Order: sequence, then C-alpha cells, then structure tokens
Amino acid sequence: MSSGVHDLGGREGVGAINPTPAEPVWKAEWEKHAHTLFPLAFRAGFFGVDQFRFGMEQMDPDEYLNTPYYEHWVHSVVHHGVRHGHFDADELDRRTQYYLDNPDAPLPEGKDAEGELVAFIEGIIPVGAPAGRDTGKAAKFSVGDRVTVISDAAEGHTRRASYIRGKTGVIDLAHGEMIYPDTAGNDRGESPEHVYTVRFTTEEIWGAEEGEPNGSITFDVWEPYIVPASK
Amino acid sequence: MSAPEKATDHQAEIAARVKAIESIMIEKGLMTTEAVDRLAEIYENEVGPQLGAKVVAKAWTDPEFKSRLLENASTACAELGISGLQGEDMVAVEDTDDVHHVIVCTLCSCYPWPVLGLPPNWYKMPPYRAAMVKAPRKVLREEFGYDVPESVEIRVWDSSSELRYWVLPQRPAGTEDFTVEQLEALVTRDSMIGVGAPKAAA
Repeated sequence: MSSGVHDLGGREGVGAINPTPAEPVWKAEWEKHAHTLFPLAFRAGFFGVDQFRFGMEQMDPDEYLNTPYYEHWVHSVVHHGVRHGHFDADELDRRTQYYLDNPDAPLPEGKDAEGELVAFIEGIIPVGAPAGRDTGKAAKFSVGDRVTVISDAAEGHTRRASYIRGKTGVIDLAHGEMIYPDTAGNDRGESPEHVYTVRFTTEEIWGAEEGEPNGSITFDVWEPYIVPASK
Repeated sequence: MSAPEKATDHQAEIAARVKAIESIMIEKGLMTTEAVDRLAEIYENEVGPQLGAKVVAKAWTDPEFKSRLLENASTACAELGISGLQGEDMVAVEDTDDVHHVIVCTLCSCYPWPVLGLPPNWYKMPPYRAAMVKAPRKVLREEFGYDVPESVEIRVWDSSSELRYWVLPQRPAGTEDFTVEQLEALVTRDSMIGVGAPKAAA
C-alpha cells in the first residue's frame, strides 16, 4: 500500500505523544496471547514478517490510528489465518461471541505433550530469524555515493515511505543482501536485494522553511528504490 | 455510553477475540497456554533494557569492546549472550559532542528487542512515528523535556529495514570512579532510544 495509513513519517494532526517514564510490558492479559500468536503463527506458516506487516497495513485507517499496536497484530493474524484457510471467519465470530458471553470459560486443553511449542519459543527468541541472504549478486552502489530515491509509488507492500520518495542523500552504510519486502510482502518470494542506509539532510526532506536546522534523517533502502543522483 | 464504558467494552471484545483465535490454534496443535506463559516470562524477566544497559556500561569501560560494538553490534552483544529476534542485525550509533542520535520506525514499530525488550506503547503509536522525523528537536524538548543544544546535530534513524538501530549514549560526567555495575544503573531505556540522557552521577 503505497501511501497507506501506516506511512506516518511527517503526518500532521495525529496528536500528542504523551510518553510514559515506565510502563508494564503487557497492558492487559490478552496482549501476552496476542504477542505469542506472532511467533507461533509464523511457525505454522501463516506469514513471513513482511506479509505480517502488509496484513496490518490493510486495516481500516480509522481503526489503525486509534487502536493499540497489538490489535494490529491480531488483525494481521486473522487476515492471514482466514486467507490460508486456517480459520473460518464465521467460526471466529461465533467463538468471539461465546467468550464475550462467558469471559471465564477456559481455553481447550493443549495438544503439545512433547513441549515442542515452548521449545520453539525458547529457541527463536535468542536466535531470531535473520533476513540477510547471500546470493553473490554484486552491489551497484557503495558508501559515499549520492543517490536519489525513485518517486514512483508502489503496488501492495513496500518500505519506500512517501516522505523519502524523490529525495537525494548519501549512502552511509552498506549491509549486503536482505529479503526484499516488495516481493516477500506481496507473496512473490524473497528476491534478496542489497540494502543501504541513506542519510538525508532535514532541509532536503522537509524544505528550508519547515526543516529544523542541523538535522539529518537516515532511511534504509533496497537497491531497486534508488538511482544515482543526477547532481 | 460514556468514553470509559466504551473503552471497557472494546477491551472485553478484543480479549474475547484473542481467546477465540487461541482456542482454534490450540485445537489445531499450533499453540498452548504454556507457550504464552513462557514468552511472557521471557519479556517480563529476562529480556529488557537491563541488557542494553549492560552493553553500554561495558562499552564505556572497555574501549576495545566499544570499537567492536560500533563495528558490528550483533556480534559484540553476542559476546555477552545477548542476541535474537528483532535484533538479528543491530547497529549501535554513538552520541558525541557533535551528533545526537534517536531511533524511530515510521512505517511500523521496529525496535531492538534483544537489548531494549518490547517497546513502550508511545513508541508504536502514530504521534511519535509521525513527529520524530519531522521535528525531532521540538519533540525532544516539548514532549520528553530533553533539550539538545542547537550546536549538536540531531540524526534520526528511521528503522525501515530489518537493521535495528539503538543509541550508545555519552558517559555522564563525574563517573570516572564508578564500577561497571554503578554505570549500568545510570543507563535508561530512553537514553538508548535517544529520547533522554542517562541518569546523572548522584
């Protein structure tokens, strides 16, 4: 979704931040369960992380802006669960109504005598799921190059945020090849591409009048997002 | 219906919906409450900003470790047994007298879990994601009470790929005689996001 509701960099009028000095890890019991759905639905093959993000991006915009982040996760788990036939939407609604009417009703008995699911959680948290890939493809750019982000919008999922499109900056870091979200997030495979960190001045991004002085923004781009700067 | 009643209703509804999803997952053998409990325990007690504080304090006291950290944060953290999900490829960015760094994810909620734990709500909500790239100096001053001098460049790292950035803050003045443990106690979550300074030496 090229300029979806999630594409928030620079958006005006979305309210105050109101940071908290400290807060509990979970704001409600259901958040623990919602969080655990992410690694376990990933394990079950519902989605990769890019597809998971695209699922959130397809939420109703008003709901997206006004609900806590774990609801976005729940939305994406359902989106992919239904899409792949793991869940039936009507069945899910029936069960939701049941637990609304019977909030203390227990969950079904677990089927994991060998403890494989706990072992998966304990294994994936310290190891992770690296996105780096090495196909041996040569990098077209290197650190110090001046590059411009293409201004084209994209179909479906992309990480090419609207506020950096058409902007020119300098490559600060080169990271090698990683899974390409524009294919992976749209069910078209990993197609790894080289990733670079590009640094822009705030003036380049927001203009001399709006941009704060003495500032810069870095943004990670995949190789197809950029072209050599013309000036 | 009053706003608090409406919010309570909504909480009840989302809680029921999560339970409904979980009940199906459990019946299919894809989830258990034991797995939920284990994950909750890990992020409550084992993985959190105390791990980042350990890395920062070591970097403040061990120059060779610091250079390894700035070269490759993931392998340096792994020396201390710190690694994993949402930090497979980490980059630590060092504050100096000339540059102050701050992290954000404008497109979702990317955050370096292995060193900072799970992000606070404000980090994931639209206001921070929208404003931090646009007016960081103003946001830091007005929302976080953190005044960065005009002479210091503010560099905002928008975590748009799977790289996970976090800030190595400056060691507070007057801590020359501090032990590593005393230094760890000065390192705050906010100082590693870049929205605050470490605590001052008491």
